[in-house]
Amino acid sequence: MGGLTELTLSEARAKLEQGEMSAVELTEAHIAALEAVRPLNAMITETPERALRMARESDERRAKGQAGALDGLPIAIKDLYCTKGVRTTAASNILGNFTPTYESTVTSKLWDAGAVMLGKTNMDEFAMGSSNMFSAIGPAINPWRRDNDKRDLVPGGSSGGSAAVVAARAALAATGTDTGGSIRQPAAFTGIVGLKPTYGRCSRWGIIAFASSLDQAGPLCRSVEDAAIMLGVMAGYDAKDSTSVDVPVPDYVAGLRGGVKGLRVGIPAEYRVDDMPEEIDALWRRGADWLAAQGAELVDISLPHTAYALPAYYIVAPAEASSNLARYDGIKFGLRSPSDDLAEMYERTRAEGFGAEVQRRILIGAYVLSAGYYDAYYLKAQKIRTLIARDFSAAFADVDVVLTPTAPSDAFAVGDKADDPIAMYLNDVFTVPASLAGLPAISLPAGLSGGGLPLGLHLIAKPFDEATLLRAAAALEEAAGFDARPPGGGS
Amino acid sequence: MSLMKGATGDWEVVIGCEVHCQVVSAAKLFSGAGTAFGAEPNTQVSLVDAAMPGMLPVINKVCIEQAVRTGLALGAEINLVSVFDRKNYFYPDLPAGYQISQFTRPIVGYGTLTLDGLEDGVSREIGITRLHLEQDAGKSIHDRDPRTTHVDLNRAGVALMEIVSEPDMRSAEEAGAFVTKLRSILRYIGSCDGNMEEGSLRCDVNVSVRRPGAELGTRTETKNVNSIRFIKRVIEIEARRQIEILEDGGRVTQETRLFDADKGETRPMRSKEESHDYRYFPDPDLLPLVLEQSWVDEIAKGLPELPDAKRARFIADYGLTDADTDQLVAERESADYFEAVAKGRDARIAANWVIHDLFGQLNRAEVEIGQSPVSASALGGLLDLIADGSISGRTAKDVFAEMFISGQDAAAIVEAKGLGQISDQGEIETMVDSLIADNPDQASQFADNPKVIGWFVGRIMQATKGKANPGLVNELLKRKLGE
Repeated sequence: MGGLTELTLSEARAKLEQGEMSAVELTEAHIAALEAVRPLNAMITETPERALRMARESDERRAKGQAGALDGLPIAIKDLYCTKGVRTTAASNILGNFTPTYESTVTSKLWDAGAVMLGKTNMDEFAMGSSNMFSAIGPAINPWRRDNDKRDLVPGGSSGGSAAVVAARAALAATGTDTGGSIRQPAAFTGIVGLKPTYGRCSRWGIIAFASSLDQAGPLCRSVEDAAIMLGVMAGYDAKDSTSVDVPVPDYVAGLRGGVKGLRVGIPAEYRVDDMPEEIDALWRRGADWLAAQGAELVDISLPHTAYALPAYYIVAPAEASSNLARYDGIKFGLRSPSDDLAEMYERTRAEGFGAEVQRRILIGAYVLSAGYYDAYYLKAQKIRTLIARDFSAAFADVDVVLTPTAPSDAFAVGDKADDPIAMYLNDVFTVPASLAGLPAISLPAGLSGGGLPLGLHLIAKPFDEATLLRAAAALEEAAGFDARPPGGGS
Repeated sequence: MSLMKGATGDWEVVIGCEVHCQVVSAAKLFSGAGTAFGAEPNTQVSLVDAAMPGMLPVINKVCIEQAVRTGLALGAEINLVSVFDRKNYFYPDLPAGYQISQFTRPIVGYGTLTLDGLEDGVSREIGITRLHLEQDAGKSIHDRDPRTTHVDLNRAGVALMEIVSEPDMRSAEEAGAFVTKLRSILRYIGSCDGNMEEGSLRCDVNVSVRRPGAELGTRTETKNVNSIRFIKRVIEIEARRQIEILEDGGRVTQETRLFDADKGETRPMRSKEESHDYRYFPDPDLLPLVLEQSWVDEIAKGLPELPDAKRARFIADYGLTDADTDQLVAERESADYFEAVAKGRDARIAANWVIHDLFGQLNRAEVEIGQSPVSASALGGLLDLIADGSISGRTAKDVFAEMFISGQDAAAIVEAKGLGQISDQGEIETMVDSLIADNPDQASQFADNPKVIGWFVGRIMQATKGKANPGLVNELLKRKLGE
């Protein structure tokens, strides 16, 4: 049955439509694949029984001619999405056995479209991290290995478990969330496609908040077309999320093969950072050439405030997080470390419940919002954010998309950078600006590093222009012809 | 200027109020949960109110409209762009760990409120600094169990308007009048029911004292005072306490205090209950609130006549006294009731009956005017019977008392009890003639002593059990005795 897990989502959909297999068969193959890749520690909760029930129901629907856009397709869900009746942890001890009584808007849409839930994926605690090392259940492992090196590699983060299971062919697709690069960077590290839609494109309702003004749901898949299919289901206005935006959701698949002739592609000078490895720079140039060869016009652009994006991000995101995570106080549910004194109960509960990285960000966030520091940090960071958004809107007056690398390196070993938060934060240097500006962006695998690890290219588009983003990505995907696959799990 | 006497001279008291008003709305500020008072604990709590993971606030438009109505009624500036901020602090009855409030950009800016009917007869303008919307917290219940605290989240997320005054008041009386007037306006427009017993309207009282003309003194803030009587007491107690400290050479500490009504004192809150650093920042779950001027204009058009305008009109149109007018316009229902009674009748007589007879009975029975057993048209019917001479004013009082108890209309009571006045001239004339004929001695005294007429009136009234029309009796007696 291994062959079934080799299919992309769109290929599997076609086979289900043609009756070449059943949803139950497809799901059983993925349940088996998930079991086989357990050493990757990519799942927090597996839900095989639920998956099989959903698959049976899907087969019944299909028999009646009522199949939805994702009917019978097994996918994994980042454990940041609240799933009704299925424990939801955000990879944190503080949530204890929290089992939501409600289903997030995005997962509701997926189930309504017929998708089958395989389980909940590992992640950095509360989505804070770029390595998936900061999880209460331990790190998720990248299915890729560096040539001649046995060390486990990180899958990137925070959506590391989602990336790992999709790369390892144990799920057709997975949901992620991206706050500063948490979909795109793990996609790049694991050789798959990761899409962060425009802020407001997908509802945040029912997704555990990290940084509300930045968090955005998106898919991790093995092809650009799969990402287009997934986004079509996940996207849409939700009255329950005041920051979601009421714009129509186009048919993203329909325009996918439109080509890039005449498309204006911006190459931002400021993304050529000092110590960037030559192989990344070379891949970037190659990507630009591929687009040019298909008729796109390359335009040198400037995004002058890029250098300030990372520091601004690491003020804004922790500030919001420090407030968003205040609700985990040991009062209503989850972990409580008792004490007769209220303040002590709070302190013990939060000291035991939150991991070191989450505590670090809560402290940074509380600090930058404090009286006397607010103007110097939070307010200044917000001004930088405005300037960065302005850089992009000026650039987009002249170009349709912007091309950059996704990350400044390939995947690193588990344990590396764990003691150096600044080095860790630098992973997000290319992904954070689009997050601050709320723009849609995508990472797709475009080549291998010298160590034989996947490298990603990154496209950024105008607000709500995911259609153009996906069209450009499809052109790059075709030119790159990336067909490498991890040596480990899956087959 | 009202001053307080100290041992070393006069002191001026400076008062500002922050009034927390529960917005009249079926649902909470950011969730669809209900807001009814007195529901079973934790039965009016949505996932949003309980701050469950992933839940998001959505602004309730009704609450915005109520805030705008209130701002317009206070003649205040409506900010077309306002921002909701998070006020961060930990407490078990604050499920999110932050309260959504408005800090730097409130929905309503500067306005004013006019106080009339103060003791010195001068009217005074009190500045309204701002009005902002915020969530209420839940309730911590400490007395159910000696070792644990229970939390009721029914109130959590209920919309409050915080109305902040300038430090423009100078006496307990003025502060009491301010809150009374504010409450009256809120009730007129229906944005807050003003029920202080249920906590729908609570006041934080800021008090400082200074020598007349000196710089402002250090203030204290006494939290959550829940009656107008208590507001006045707090001001007197707090001003006296501060004066004593200053006259003893001490300094007033800027702090938050609580009022203990039983002990008749204010005392500092424990430091844990005090604010340290709320780390305010704009709530990223909510976009800035942007209002259309046309929408604000529509709301303005829908405002009812407000107390000041009504007061002026009553004085001008009905010729009522200031004091009577104040009583009538304090509540919109009273004013409406009065106008219904006064329509087509003598307004001053109507005002007298409403203020003295109706309000008196309502107060004794502890009934709101909306539940009055005597409707405005029924009271009007009673006044009509007096006007056309069917009953005397004296009888009308008894009829009114009966109306209040039975709810019957005046004519039915007069009919059933035979209380109708005898106004038949022929009937009374016959009685007068025979009375004079039977008492020639008294009749002959009339020329020298006209007061003897009273003896005749008394006899007629006695004979008719008071139902004879006194005007007619007098008129006939004068004529007959003078012949």
